[in-house]
Amino acid sequence: MNLQTVDTTPMHPAVNTSPSENFADIRKKQFRPAEFIIEQGIRFTAFFSLAFILLIFVFVFREASSIFSPEKNVAPLVKEEVQTYTGDNEVQSYGDENITVLSSPDNEAALKPSDTQKLSIRNIFDKVWQPTSVFAKFGIWPLFAGSLKVAFLSLLISAPVAIFAAIYTSSFASKHIKEIVKPVVEILAGFPSVVIGFIALIVFASVLQSIFGLQYRLNAFTGSVAMAIAIIPVIFTLSEDALNSVPRSYIDASLALGSERWETAILVVLPAAVPGIFAAILLGIGRAIGETMIVLMATGNAAFASFNPFEPVRTMSATIGAEMAEVVFGDFHYSVLFFIGIILFAISFLINLTAETVVRNLVMRQFK
Amino acid sequence: MNRILKPFFRIAIPGISGLSAFSIVAVVVFLVALIGVNGLPGITREFLTQAPTNGMTGGGIFPAIIGTFLLVLLMSIVGVPIGTITAIFLSEYVAKDSWIVRVIRFAVNTLAGIPSIVFGLFGLGFFVQFVGTGMDNTIGGGTVRWGQPNILWASLTMAVLTLPVVIVAVEEAIRTVPRELRDASLALGATRWETIVRVVLPGCSTGILTGTILAISRGAGEVAPILFTGAAYFLPHLPQSLSDQFMNLGYHVYIMATQSPDVDATRGIQYSTTLVLLAMTFAFNFCAIIFRYQIRKNRIT
Repeated sequence: MNLQTVDTTPMHPAVNTSPSENFADIRKKQFRPAEFIIEQGIRFTAFFSLAFILLIFVFVFREASSIFSPEKNVAPLVKEEVQTYTGDNEVQSYGDENITVLSSPDNEAALKPSDTQKLSIRNIFDKVWQPTSVFAKFGIWPLFAGSLKVAFLSLLISAPVAIFAAIYTSSFASKHIKEIVKPVVEILAGFPSVVIGFIALIVFASVLQSIFGLQYRLNAFTGSVAMAIAIIPVIFTLSEDALNSVPRSYIDASLALGSERWETAILVVLPAAVPGIFAAILLGIGRAIGETMIVLMATGNAAFASFNPFEPVRTMSATIGAEMAEVVFGDFHYSVLFFIGIILFAISFLINLTAETVVRNLVMRQFK
Repeated sequence: MNRILKPFFRIAIPGISGLSAFSIVAVVVFLVALIGVNGLPGITREFLTQAPTNGMTGGGIFPAIIGTFLLVLLMSIVGVPIGTITAIFLSEYVAKDSWIVRVIRFAVNTLAGIPSIVFGLFGLGFFVQFVGTGMDNTIGGGTVRWGQPNILWASLTMAVLTLPVVIVAVEEAIRTVPRELRDASLALGATRWETIVRVVLPGCSTGILTGTILAISRGAGEVAPILFTGAAYFLPHLPQSLSDQFMNLGYHVYIMATQSPDVDATRGIQYSTTLVLLAMTFAFNFCAIIFRYQIRKNRIT
């Protein structure tokens, strides 16, 4: 777009416009080299954010790309970690829930060091994630299921609390209480996730285990409770914005027709704010799927898919966080971890896109 | 509606929603109290000014504090100017509904939504492997100096992560500068750049400060992006150059709580470190909240 066309400044270079001077001197726009250079510099810098998005995609994809070229991925079948499988579990050495997800070393004796395992994109559709076992298995399904499980559980806990709290501050609370609740939520939003993860690991895990009599100290449920605390501010803030953007006239009309305050809040304001709340929930899911430190510390990190919320899970983000530091550079395992990163990137991108579209199309249209 | 249900809802709806709001406040109070009570006894002058000793089971967290400080400092030096300039461009140079604004705004929103661990992967793939290794091969003559995790790459990764925070805060502040001031400046013959430097930026300096503080608070607390771009478990000395690794408070909490040789014996250190980290982010957030409150007040008057 041409800069001049969007120049809204009136009578910009207001020079030489007195009628007594030579009319040939009247110029519409004076060219200033310094100004031009600065302007181009600013324009260039402004595209950094866009450039970073592209760079993130390109470079995460670049590191993941070798899983698409099968001939490169020939892994030696005999690794040092085979017998003990300590490499990974050390990360979660605290607690007693280390379920060793290890295939029995049955064919080990038959393997010669020269034996190799061909790995390709097909391997990531396995049902099992055992990157350091004899026959390394890179099925990301259990990790994907784990991420979904934690996201779903934490949403189940946080969404009702956050939305009801938002209804409270927007419809019922006095100004005084509002001034307590909102800054407190802002403080919660500022909590580093590693702090929440730490408390979950040290305190929540023990408390929840003794309350529910759980078999595993760290499990999906414990992680989800911690995660719920992390995503409550997201859902609360956005829901509250949505509820507050419902026009005052709706509320006045409802009250004038004789409905009570709770009726107005639940039957008038809430339905009108549904698109915004939906977007809030979506962004909450996005945050829950991408959050790393909490799940890394509090979910037990055992990679198997089940519907039992009290069993340990390993999410995609936690897998990257735990294994990237120990993986051999350029390995198939390394590439798969980057591939998981692409999945996370894609999920968050889609969620943002959907949330934005929902807000733009539904919310904006509704109130205009 | 039903005659029995109505009185029930009249009490239940405000009750449940009030309880939800109260429970959030209670959780925050509980968390702060828990960390405060357990962490406070361990905070001594030695704890804040000494390095870890006895194989991480004693001593202080001085290197981690300095590491975190250097990280957010480098991050701000890079990220704040870029974010501020982007915000200036979005609000001063292009029309509000133009496609450029929409594209950049979408990019900023997307950037804000990308999981922090993906930024870590990006930092590893782009800064460490691509830029770092490239630098080693061209100027370093093949010796590995930059092509490994270090504080520079971690800071740059964090700068990209916190870019949206700065942009949003500065934009909000720029919007509070009245249109008339700009028009007056331009009408007096100032160029657009002069107007920005002399009128707009002084009017939103608090906003830039707010953005910086928010970014610092975020950057100090994030651990996932630096897991494999530069944070170290333990270093005998402070980072001497940009190509050194560093210790970090958040990473220290994580590592002490999960991989410490004796997790239970270091419980006190863990709580105290958490308290220091939390106090730091709170202090920053508190400043930001106050500044933002003042900006909003100025806009109304």
